[in-house]
Amino acid sequence: MARFGKGKVAFTAVAFATLALWPLGAGPYGLDLVTKVMIYAVLALSLELLVGTTGLVCFGQSAFFGIGAYATVLLSKGGTPPLLVLASGAVLAAAAYALAVGALSLRTKGVYFIMVTLAFAQMAYSLVHDTPLGGGSDGIYLYRKPSLGTWIDLERPLTLCFVAFACLLGTFVFLALLLRSNFGRALAGIRINEQRMRATGFTTYHYQLAAFILSGAIAGLAGFLFAVKDGFVNPELLSWHLSGGVLIMIILGGLGHLRGAMVGAFAFVLLEELFQSEAVFGGFSRHWHLGLGLTIIGSVVLMPRGLVGLPEQWRERLAGRRLARAVARRRAPSDGTPAERGE
Amino acid sequence: MNRRIVARTGWLMLAAVAAALPAPEPSRAAEGAKIKVGLMLPATGTYAALGTAIENGFRLYVQERGGKLAGREIEFVRVDDESDPAKATDNVNKLIKRDHVDVLVGSVHSGVAMAMAKAAKDSGTLLIVPNAGADAITGSMCAPNIFRSSFSNWQPGYAMGEVVAKRGHRNVVTITWKYAAGDESVGGFREAFEKAGGKVVKELSLPFPNVEFQPLLTEIAATKPDAVYTFFAGGGAVKFVKDYAAAGLKGKIPLYGAGFLTDGTLEAQGPDAEGLLTTLHYADGLNTPRDAAFRQSYAKTFKLPPDVYAVQGYDAAQMLAVGLAAVNGDLGRKAEFIAALGKAPIESPRATFTLSPSHNPVQDIYLRQVVGKENKVIGVASKALADPGRGCKL
Amino acid sequence: MDPPTFLIQCLNALQYGLLLFLVASGLTLIFGIMGVINLAHGSFYMIGAYLAFALAPIVGSAFGGGFFATLFLGVALAVVLGYLLEWAFFSFLYEREHLQQVLMTYGLILVLEELRSLIVGDDVHGVRAPAFLAGTIPLGELMTYPVYRLFISGVCLALALGMWFVFTRTRLGMMIRAGSTNREMVQSLGIDIKFLYRVVFAAGVAIAVLAGMVAAPASSVYPGMGNSVLILCFVVVVIGGIGSIRGALAASLLIGVVDTFGKVLLPQAAGVLVYMLMAMILVWRPEGLFKPG
Repeated sequence: MARFGKGKVAFTAVAFATLALWPLGAGPYGLDLVTKVMIYAVLALSLELLVGTTGLVCFGQSAFFGIGAYATVLLSKGGTPPLLVLASGAVLAAAAYALAVGALSLRTKGVYFIMVTLAFAQMAYSLVHDTPLGGGSDGIYLYRKPSLGTWIDLERPLTLCFVAFACLLGTFVFLALLLRSNFGRALAGIRINEQRMRATGFTTYHYQLAAFILSGAIAGLAGFLFAVKDGFVNPELLSWHLSGGVLIMIILGGLGHLRGAMVGAFAFVLLEELFQSEAVFGGFSRHWHLGLGLTIIGSVVLMPRGLVGLPEQWRERLAGRRLARAVARRRAPSDGTPAERGE
Repeated sequence: MNRRIVARTGWLMLAAVAAALPAPEPSRAAEGAKIKVGLMLPATGTYAALGTAIENGFRLYVQERGGKLAGREIEFVRVDDESDPAKATDNVNKLIKRDHVDVLVGSVHSGVAMAMAKAAKDSGTLLIVPNAGADAITGSMCAPNIFRSSFSNWQPGYAMGEVVAKRGHRNVVTITWKYAAGDESVGGFREAFEKAGGKVVKELSLPFPNVEFQPLLTEIAATKPDAVYTFFAGGGAVKFVKDYAAAGLKGKIPLYGAGFLTDGTLEAQGPDAEGLLTTLHYADGLNTPRDAAFRQSYAKTFKLPPDVYAVQGYDAAQMLAVGLAAVNGDLGRKAEFIAALGKAPIESPRATFTLSPSHNPVQDIYLRQVVGKENKVIGVASKALADPGRGCKL
Repeated sequence: MDPPTFLIQCLNALQYGLLLFLVASGLTLIFGIMGVINLAHGSFYMIGAYLAFALAPIVGSAFGGGFFATLFLGVALAVVLGYLLEWAFFSFLYEREHLQQVLMTYGLILVLEELRSLIVGDDVHGVRAPAFLAGTIPLGELMTYPVYRLFISGVCLALALGMWFVFTRTRLGMMIRAGSTNREMVQSLGIDIKFLYRVVFAAGVAIAVLAGMVAAPASSVYPGMGNSVLILCFVVVVIGGIGSIRGALAASLLIGVVDTFGKVLLPQAAGVLVYMLMAMILVWRPEGLFKPG
């Protein structure tokens, strides 16, 4: 049953339309900001596939993101290759590392899995930070951004913005279709009850590994876009703070929904801007981590279903209130004033 | 009902976005309009104290001149770079594209500064680096609009190489973190030391910012060199000096270091640092009128003693003032600004210095010794030392 | 490498491993007994170091100095802190999924770091070791070994023995072990499981804080010192097995050896070696070296 809820589709359409039209009105900074949000949204979508759909809490997503970015820069050392070649190289590199990590990590379960993915991300970080493979802790430059033919030249920010938009839209549609396919339903089944899936004959390990590799590949794509946007990569792209940040994005947005990942990426970037803004917090803005930390804790406690689940939460609370009032009225119709009866 | 809530949420988010982005700036061509200086320094993290010192120094210079340089009032915009190179490009773009700053000042961490240099090079914005010593900034990434008021990692290392050779040591072991600053400092040392006939027998390193030195100290003891040269800064410097003494090597194998080994760390290092020789472009006890006036002014304003970072911030402001004076406050005349600044002497508290063709200070490097809680100057290790600016095409 | 140097390096590895064990044991305890993944554990280590720095002058003026007095006061404060934190924050995490625990404790790290920045500032500090422990022991003609590092190793060993004793030989230990395997059964036996959890959590925090205080004279006290320790602790727990104190000890010593000798023999790859070790052990034993206990 492929049911596309009307509210969901409307929301998604509005969101994409806004993103497509935004560059036309925004200044250079707004363009940069929206490109950044879209790249993070792609990254969040990749993690959503793992966490929200398959139920694998990966704390090492930044590794695939960073490897995609570094591959982009390292492959361009002797001169920038064409756009498609470079993007494929980045995606393949990230997918390869995802294969290696996934093969080993999926042997573990639950909390172990979380820690193991974190540790493997740290390993990638160390590789890039300490060995001559990466450029060391200061990072390396991408001197010339790639292009496709003569009219898609990523040196121009507007072009890059549209390419990022295309990637985001493509990823979203791809994942939406994937989740409604047999493969996607198998993943959902694994999330809900792995034992049962195995009992019905699925080799869950293979499905999980496939999801892991796919997720890594998409994260690598996001990394490629990021490297091209900044022109500069450094080991902090693989830090566990970014892994934590992506997790926050999908929780903030709403776990289990693709548009939740997008909303979460958007909200997270905005929150960071807000807390760092001197206009709002004055001198205290230097301690903006405090606000961010409290917001994270607050959002997990108060918004368990994320921003996307807020309408549902309000509806339930409203329904709950109406129900309580109805019960009270039926219980004692002649007692007290109308006010006491809750009208 | 559902659609209404969804639509409301959508409008709310759009409104939030609109609120988060500032209104477009009115055009600011006229003279008398303020000059916007974008300070990109760490307010959080390990280098926060350095960021504060640099900002203090910069603001002090402007304050001493009544808040105006060359008749133009100075307005500050601050961004916390968290010493995180991953966010550096975004942060510097905030300053360039959102806040439309005229001058960029930053940063402490070399990785952040490298991102700033790229952004400055691409956009043509003036950049003055008040600390980050990466050789590349006035090397392969140099540009006419990029200046540095501090040092290059190579300089103190090279100066110390000359000193150690002159003191008669023949075999030296170097130890540092394996990152650009460490490599470049040791590289400078090795260049000078081997030119004078010495030999670096072993180059030890550990990943940055690891501080487990014990195994490498054992290695040093086993190798028995004439001397040890090191580059560490901040928390690592504190620990290394203490570990070196605790391992019994202090007094038996002389330790030499780039000045950051003992700058800002003496309080924490205590007696373990006593007598250590280091090289840096600033020291305590210079006793020149310029330095004395600066120190007094700084201590009175901020109730703290100044350090090399404050001087670098102060000089960054001074460099801006010198350039502005030459173009009468009109930043539109960029070529003249750059030409004037490239030639002018900067009357720094450290001593007067000029800029090399790649815009790095050509300055005296002092030899200092730790006496109590101070790095007392005991001589000039290298006079008017210029970084070769390798890879720079200026 | 000649024999005397080799022996000294072994001593280095042992000391490093033992300190790591001290911090990691608290983490694996909280993990194994209460099933809570606590990212903020590194922050407790940092709090310990900063406590050592902040309490020293206070103890000096009030009680006339005393290293052990400072340690005692710090641990007492840590127990109170742990108790309060468990009551106010962590008790809500038991019923939640691991993902939510990860995020909430991640938020807690940010909050604790900023509180530290607000209260104590961002400077790097040093803590002086007490005079009677500040000496060195000569080893060979050139090298001496700091007595304080031997003291650290001694404290860690003593604590390890203490933990083993409490777990295997006392009623409290029995209750804790039972509570980790079957919470409801223990409750139905009339034991106050909430109080038990609070005690265990407070103990875990106190151990981490003690590790920070004891290590402070040997390392320096600086912002962000908790983060590097945290990742290593995770690796220890993965290698050693969740909830296993024995495993944490074995893993810590293993990591100590790999890190120490790796630095000397393969400096280029030193940072990566520990993770490669973890990968190899995962291939062989996905659940870690030891079972919980």
